[in-house]
Amino acid sequence: MKIWVYAELSQGALHGVTLEILTRARDLGDAEAIALGPGAKAAVAALGRHGARRVHVNEGQDYADYIAEPATETMAALVEKGAPDAILFAFSADSREVAGRLAARLGVGLISNAIDLEAGGDGLTVRVPYFGGAKVATYQANSKPAIVLVRPKSFEAGESGGEAEVLEVAAAAGGKRARIVERKVEAGDKIKLEDARVVVSGGRGLGGPDNFPLVEQLAEALGGAAGASRAIVDAGWVPYAMQVGQTGKTVRPGVYIAAGISGAMQHTVGMKSAKVIIAINKDADAPILKLADLGVVGDALKILPKLTEAVKARKGR
Amino acid sequence: MNFPLAPRGADLKIVVTVKQVPDPNAPQGLDADNTIARDREVVLDPGDEYGIEEGLLLREASGGEVVLVTMGPEKARDAIRKGLSMGADRGILITDEGLAGSDALATTRALAAAIRPEAPDLVICGTESYDGSTGMVPPMLAELLDMPQLTFAKHVEVSGDKVTIHRQTDDGYQVVEAASPCLITVTAGIAEPRYASLKGIMAARSKEVRQMAFADLGIEAGEPAEKVVGIADAETRQSGEIVEDNGTSGVERIIQALQAAKVL
Ligand SMILES: Cc1cc2nc3c(=O)[nH]c(=O)nc-3n(C[C@H](O)[C@H](O)[C@H](O)COP(=O)(O)OP(=O)(O)OC[C@H]3O[C@@H](n4cnc5c(N)ncnc54)[C@H](O)[C@@H]3O)c2cc1C
Ligand SMILES: Nc1ncnc2c1ncn2[C@@H]1O[C@H](COP(=O)(O)O)[C@@H](O)[C@H]1O
Repeated sequence: MKIWVYAELSQGALHGVTLEILTRARDLGDAEAIALGPGAKAAVAALGRHGARRVHVNEGQDYADYIAEPATETMAALVEKGAPDAILFAFSADSREVAGRLAARLGVGLISNAIDLEAGGDGLTVRVPYFGGAKVATYQANSKPAIVLVRPKSFEAGESGGEAEVLEVAAAAGGKRARIVERKVEAGDKIKLEDARVVVSGGRGLGGPDNFPLVEQLAEALGGAAGASRAIVDAGWVPYAMQVGQTGKTVRPGVYIAAGISGAMQHTVGMKSAKVIIAINKDADAPILKLADLGVVGDALKILPKLTEAVKARKGR
Repeated sequence: MNFPLAPRGADLKIVVTVKQVPDPNAPQGLDADNTIARDREVVLDPGDEYGIEEGLLLREASGGEVVLVTMGPEKARDAIRKGLSMGADRGILITDEGLAGSDALATTRALAAAIRPEAPDLVICGTESYDGSTGMVPPMLAELLDMPQLTFAKHVEVSGDKVTIHRQTDDGYQVVEAASPCLITVTAGIAEPRYASLKGIMAARSKEVRQMAFADLGIEAGEPAEKVVGIADAETRQSGEIVEDNGTSGVERIIQALQAAKVL
């Protein structure tokens, strides 16, 4: 099976999710990667080590400066020549827009939100959670190429020690329409949520934005990162960068502490693979407690400050 | 969340795509064949209320028209009515016996066929639907309509034919510009959707909702991109220990758990 992986590059850096997907793709068939934009060439070595035999590259700035369309143009041209059986994209904001446009351009369907893939006699089968994650459907792709979007953290990235051949591709001529004219960073230089060993998240149960520092202080004391439910992101208490869940980040930390979060399925799909889940909720029937390794029924506003003190006291020793 | 708009010469023609979905607040079930039971309470997708609100705000600032387009069963007319009672001008309901098996691409083809003759300046979609939830319709629609896409907008500004949005990103936002016609996806929180007033509800009754079948649009039912070959329960985590906090027990047990997990 000829299988392509679309590399997610942002601000010149290769996103870890691409290496996760490649690690899986190399077991499914002959894996190639496509890296477009500044940083493409620098990414080749890592792509090769993770199983790409060939990497199609173009360093053009347009891929970074215009939304989806230049990449769609280039991908469409590559598909016509290379005829892959499947193209895998990260299920992320940037990649899914390219995948969507490309599928419409090629007139093929796509399978989104995949958590696992297998190559069988009948082609590619894909596992996708649905009904809020309570069920998992297995689909068989009907189209060529099959376009599949894979959820971050579905696989663990691992090197296989290869080296990729580099193939320069022609730049896209069109598609320079939706232009990114400015980038604003709100997250600061704190520990990245996706990389943190400990994540402490807060939800609407905190009562108001003034209490969110209780979550941040505990996260800091534990050397971790603070996260949030969508309810409080939508309410404007914290920036979107902190959102965990279906439309936010997927995290897989050693410990996830949820304070004042009910545990809606759209939240738990983003954190249920944490090694240890601890939940603090004043409602003994909250769904989050059914999934937690340790559930504390109580008032987060009282427990969080005491917990932070206790953690600091132990770290100080 | 909107800057005052610069006065525009021409009116804006705005299409907002809306979808009817199972009520997120009602208990949900699965039918015997493992499809999401649709005979339950259905509502206009809360995510699309933001699209309608943004469309109405833009129309109020520059004049023009807001047209709602949905594809769904006959009952999806209710979703359109809801939007009309919020203040949209008219609606298009695409309904057809062949739509049952529609995947994102088939849905998009139908929407594109209905939207194209409207020649809108702006098409506004939700970022992702409540039950589809994969956000694939908007980029596909932008491609089929040959429009640039301005996505994850948490703020929109229109000045002449220049459209500028703030695009929410993982670590902040980007300022993104394109010329209209273009497609915008809006995030929750872009603007608080208004409630339909009694007057709005009355007015909606006489607004036009045009019903169209696939044949009217010159399209056919498509083959879905995938075949379902199995359905299984997801692996669930075992629920663990539950402790009632008595003022100290909660903190004590959490500290022990953190030590066991070796983060303390
Ligand atoms: C398409 C779509 C995508 C979505 N994507 C996401 C996503 O990515 N991430 C996400 O999080 N959500 C997402 N949601 C929203 C999700 O369905 C829930 O609405 C949201 O997660 C609820 O947030 P919450 O738990 O903070 O609030 P609530 O559900 O209101 O829960 C608050 C909890 O706090 C508890 N509580 C109250 N006071 C206290 C106290 N003093 N101490 C302790 N506990 C207390 C309550 O018992 C309750 O359980 C999405 C929804 C849709 C439709
Ligand atoms: N059947 C439909 N009818 C009208 N609009 C739709 C339909 N499906 C999706 N959309 C639009 O596309 C957005 C994203 O939906 P989805 O791609 O299903 O996640 C929704 O918020 C709607 O605005």
